[in-house]
Amino acid sequence: MLIKQAPDIPSSEITPKHLYLNRRSFLAGLPLVGAALAARNARAGAKLEGVTKSPFSTTEKVTPYNDVTHYNNYYEFGTAKDQPASWAQKLKTSPWTVKVEGEINKPQVFDIDAIMKLAPLEERIYRHRCVEAWSIVVPWIGFPLNALIKKVEPTAKARFVAFQTILDRGVMLSESAAGIPLPYVEGLRMDEAMHPLAILCVGMYGEELPKQDGAPVRLVVPWKYGFKSIKSIVKIKFVEKQPPTTWNITNFREYGFYSNVNPEVDHPRWSQASERRLGEFFRRKTLMFNGYGDQVAQLYAGMDLRKNY
Amino acid sequence: MTLNSILSSRWLKVPVFALCLVPALWLGWKALNQDLSANPIEFITHWTGDWTIRFLCITLSITPLRKLLRLPELIRFRRMLGLFAFFYASLHFLTWFVLDKFFDWNEIAKDVVKRPFITAGFTAFVLLIPLAVTSTKGWIRRLGGKRWQALHRLIYVSACAGVIHYYWLVKSDIRLPVFYGAIVAILLAYRLFTSVMKNRNSLPRATGAAAREPT
Repeated sequence: MLIKQAPDIPSSEITPKHLYLNRRSFLAGLPLVGAALAARNARAGAKLEGVTKSPFSTTEKVTPYNDVTHYNNYYEFGTAKDQPASWAQKLKTSPWTVKVEGEINKPQVFDIDAIMKLAPLEERIYRHRCVEAWSIVVPWIGFPLNALIKKVEPTAKARFVAFQTILDRGVMLSESAAGIPLPYVEGLRMDEAMHPLAILCVGMYGEELPKQDGAPVRLVVPWKYGFKSIKSIVKIKFVEKQPPTTWNITNFREYGFYSNVNPEVDHPRWSQASERRLGEFFRRKTLMFNGYGDQVAQLYAGMDLRKNY
Repeated sequence: MTLNSILSSRWLKVPVFALCLVPALWLGWKALNQDLSANPIEFITHWTGDWTIRFLCITLSITPLRKLLRLPELIRFRRMLGLFAFFYASLHFLTWFVLDKFFDWNEIAKDVVKRPFITAGFTAFVLLIPLAVTSTKGWIRRLGGKRWQALHRLIYVSACAGVIHYYWLVKSDIRLPVFYGAIVAILLAYRLFTSVMKNRNSLPRATGAAAREPT
């Protein structure tokens, strides 16, 4: 007797190959789904392997990943906190090179892969205090900036280090819309740059940096206000004179070259005595040098921090 | 049916009232869904502040729109809109006072005195209080039309202080405060213009000649 068995899936229901191959592009074409996919891609940073823990890490509660990636100051990609999370995705971060020049014996151009291999990657869980009186705790991944500095051999004339962010007018806001001159520039005194707490950062939360947080490589200087920790670096120059810095150019009365976290020196428009840690209801007291005074206070011994704000 | 007769219909105030409440309800809805960004207190502060300046502009636009569009019946909505401006200003103030500073009187007093942008915002809010209090028919009668109107011109000062408050608080992107500043400027310039024209037209001929003499 012939028992006819129905096939599991009738051939009429099988999607033709050219159609299912098209499905992804079709989905991406729908505005909402496209945005959702883009957002997912933005989060799916590659895991960073072989990262060691650091004794410099704080044991404070780490701020949720979603807050650190959706509450950003990155004026080139929007002046509202939630804009960089979507607008910065347009920035092309690969290939990426960092040009190192100026008063050094070994000027060179580093590919991002070479940067990643300059020194062993460490996780540094730091407090991060914005000049706008909010703060977060972030598990950055990187290595001391001094590893790069030693490699390029600064000359005796190198007294400051100047940093520059990428400028891609095609995907960034205009200067008038951002309200700041571009490209974004920052700087450190040589001894600040050599300090073991200052890191070149290539990742966070175990992964590569998201674009809105400064991919692929940024600076993190935890005892200074957040804007000193410049994002998406393409140039590092060793110089003799104090370099210009973006917020200082924009408003020199409000933002100084040093911009060390200091609860005793108010911003002209608001108090710096307290801050709101994202996720907490009550304000907390702001700590001198953001709580890193034991390590960095000697850098500023004898300086009037009211004048050198 | 003309637009004026629609505007004068009794039931229209209800949907307008409901519409004015939408920003507050939307904020409540977002709060319930924990969708107030990574910094909810800042989000609420900005949201209520934005809607305060918008309602101030809407309220100030009633008089010019009545005349320019020949819709005198719009007057029926002016008090409600003005009270909504005060409502959002109060929410904005309370957000700062309660959520942000949490009754820290010392800090609050220092802020009002030391921070020009807070001084301006605080002034803008305080000036609205007598207007809200005297917004009833009884108070119009008690004060008399002329004095009541003079008092309520404080909204001009309040709107200007509100724009200054906004302008002083932003870090670098001044587009929005400038936008609202321009709107307030246009609305006030219209009043200046009409009052100058009115004075000129209403001067009797005899005194008109005298008024042209240098004084």
